[in-house]
Amino acid sequence: MTTHYLVLSALLFAIGAIGVLTRRNAIVVFMCVELMLNACNLAFVTFARQHGNLDGQLIAFFVMVVAAAEVVIGLAIIVMIFRTRRSASVDDASLLKY
Amino acid sequence: MESPAEIIPHSGGVIGVSWLMIALPLIGAAVLLLGGRRTDRWGHLLGVAMSLASFVVAVASFMELLGLDPEQRRRAYELYQFIPGVADMGILIDPLSISFALLITGVGSLIHIYSIGYMSHDPDRRRFFAYLNLFVAAMLLLVLSDNYVGLFIGWEGVGLASYLLIGFWQFKPSAAVAAKKAFIVNRVGDFGLLIAIFTVWTTFGSVAFGEVFGKAGEASQNTLTAIGLLLLLGACGKSAQLPLQSWLLDAMEGPTPVSALIHAATMVTAGVYLVVRSGAFFEAAPTAQLVVTIVGVATLLAGAIIGCAKDDIKKGLAGSTMSQIGYMMLGAGLGPVGYTFAIAHLITHGFFKANMFLGAGSVMHGMNDEVDMRKYGGLFPVMRITAITFIIGYLAIIGFPLLSGYFTKDGIIETAIEHNAILGWLAVVGAGITGFYMSRMVFMTFFGKRRWADDAHPHESPAVMTVPLIILSIGSIFLGGFLVLDNRFMQFLAPAVGRPEELPVFHFVSPAGLATLALVAVGAVFAWFRYGAAEVPRVAPRGSFLTTFARRDLYGDALNEALFMRPGQWLTRIAVFFDNRGIDGLVNGLAAAIGGTSGRLRRVQTGYVRSYALSILFGAAVVVGALLYVGNM
Repeated sequence: MTTHYLVLSALLFAIGAIGVLTRRNAIVVFMCVELMLNACNLAFVTFARQHGNLDGQLIAFFVMVVAAAEVVIGLAIIVMIFRTRRSASVDDASLLKY
Repeated sequence: MESPAEIIPHSGGVIGVSWLMIALPLIGAAVLLLGGRRTDRWGHLLGVAMSLASFVVAVASFMELLGLDPEQRRRAYELYQFIPGVADMGILIDPLSISFALLITGVGSLIHIYSIGYMSHDPDRRRFFAYLNLFVAAMLLLVLSDNYVGLFIGWEGVGLASYLLIGFWQFKPSAAVAAKKAFIVNRVGDFGLLIAIFTVWTTFGSVAFGEVFGKAGEASQNTLTAIGLLLLLGACGKSAQLPLQSWLLDAMEGPTPVSALIHAATMVTAGVYLVVRSGAFFEAAPTAQLVVTIVGVATLLAGAIIGCAKDDIKKGLAGSTMSQIGYMMLGAGLGPVGYTFAIAHLITHGFFKANMFLGAGSVMHGMNDEVDMRKYGGLFPVMRITAITFIIGYLAIIGFPLLSGYFTKDGIIETAIEHNAILGWLAVVGAGITGFYMSRMVFMTFFGKRRWADDAHPHESPAVMTVPLIILSIGSIFLGGFLVLDNRFMQFLAPAVGRPEELPVFHFVSPAGLATLALVAVGAVFAWFRYGAAEVPRVAPRGSFLTTFARRDLYGDALNEALFMRPGQWLTRIAVFFDNRGIDGLVNGLAAAIGGTSGRLRRVQTGYVRSYALSILFGAAVVVGALLYVGNM
């Protein structure tokens, strides 16, 4: 009964993960991260429904709050990087290495 | 046999201040060494004065000792507590120690005086006298101490002085090496002496002569044999006996007065003193006593053979010293009669060998320090006093009738034949070889054709050098007869070393004596034909196998090198290899392994967010997989 939701959640998560790993544009990577978070939210809500309690829904709210905060900081960083380097590619920002 | 007299506590009189004998030269050495160049002008005079003052104290103590009953003549007194409960610093004045003290200070003073002349051109004369004084003090401590610990301190002190004086001209590499060699070889002997003292302490609970000798009978035979052999090892090191003989010939690198005082008359005889002083142990351990005599005979033959092939006059005399100390060792292994002759021979040898060494020094002094006898020849007319005194010493050492060596050496040989015919007759053969090599030395130096270097202008030495020679040669003539006839010396020494049941009678005509004289005569005549009548080549001929054998010191150095030095070098090389490759390899290898691994691991930090994300994803997948796996179990 809830299988479809979970499959959808897994698909969305997989699409998000592949996006994070393969795309270079920081905005797109960021959107894919959001996609993964929301796939998780969907799974939480589905399980809450399945078990008949509110724990999953509660967690989903927490995730949304954290995601909102993350968007604020993340976008700010991306804008700063773009301003200084004239590029939004995550591969260009690879100075911190061995 | 009558055992030695008891040691009696003493106070007062000259004997009560006999510690001044040690203190005076020690003060002299301290003033000269600490005073530095300021004392240069009068340093040698102070040295001589301190040595003479010590001699005066020795003579006064001797007189006081003679005034006592023979049974009362072993006096000891404590100076101060040295190691509480173990050893006190104490002085023992008895016939044995006072004989040595007289020899050391008497001959020592003469050699001090001689050195004023001999070292007159040396800029470091003050340092030389400081060391000589240090030596006299240490040697007196060695013989006057009333316990083994004090003896050992003196023993090491003379070793130090010997090292400093052999290496006195330390700018010559050969002298520096010789000094080091003497020191290292002596360490082997000192090791034996130390273990012997430890054994004495653990066995008897004391190191004082007065206590331990009385208890000698209480210890087991094996312990006594061990103590005896270890003491003998110590004696071998100091007295250059086989197998620790190799240092003495090289020690001739030192100035000649040093060779005369330390490496002929006194220090090298310390081993004989040790064996005679510890007679109570040796008499209770016949095996050790036998080994002493065997070592003595082996060394007296070895030294004589070496003496035959040396062209260096000092090395020839050094071989002869080894040989003569061999005779003393032989005597020291033969009980009270042997002790007497050994010490008597030691004293007469101190005179005639110092006489000859100083004579050799006088010759060198006139010949621009040339030591090669092949460059001498025909020196008799130009340095008559040196030549005549040297020849007196020569006649004394080969045992010319009625001279010193005749009485004392003959005594040892006769006693040895009574104990052990083989050893005794070997000693007779040794006397014959002595006749040969000493005659060779005299003929090559004073007679025959002049083979001098072109710039040599030999001349007689100044009186400050010849007067000691004359005094010593007078001793070389009369001392032996005075000591041996009527058993004077035996009666005198008896309280210290014990009295035999029947006193020996000196036979002027005896089979062994005649055989000795005959062999000596044969040796001397043979030497005359080879080196007196025939022309001596200026460059040493190759010689036979035997000559090479003797010239190379019987391959003693080669043997030491093969047996000890090379294996030692291998050992150090193995240790170095193990340290470099093993221990360093382990430490460095570990560091390199960690460094290399982290160098590769570092590459993971690419700086690409994507690769980090992938590793996070991979990690998360592993965690989830593990959870599933655990959950299903």
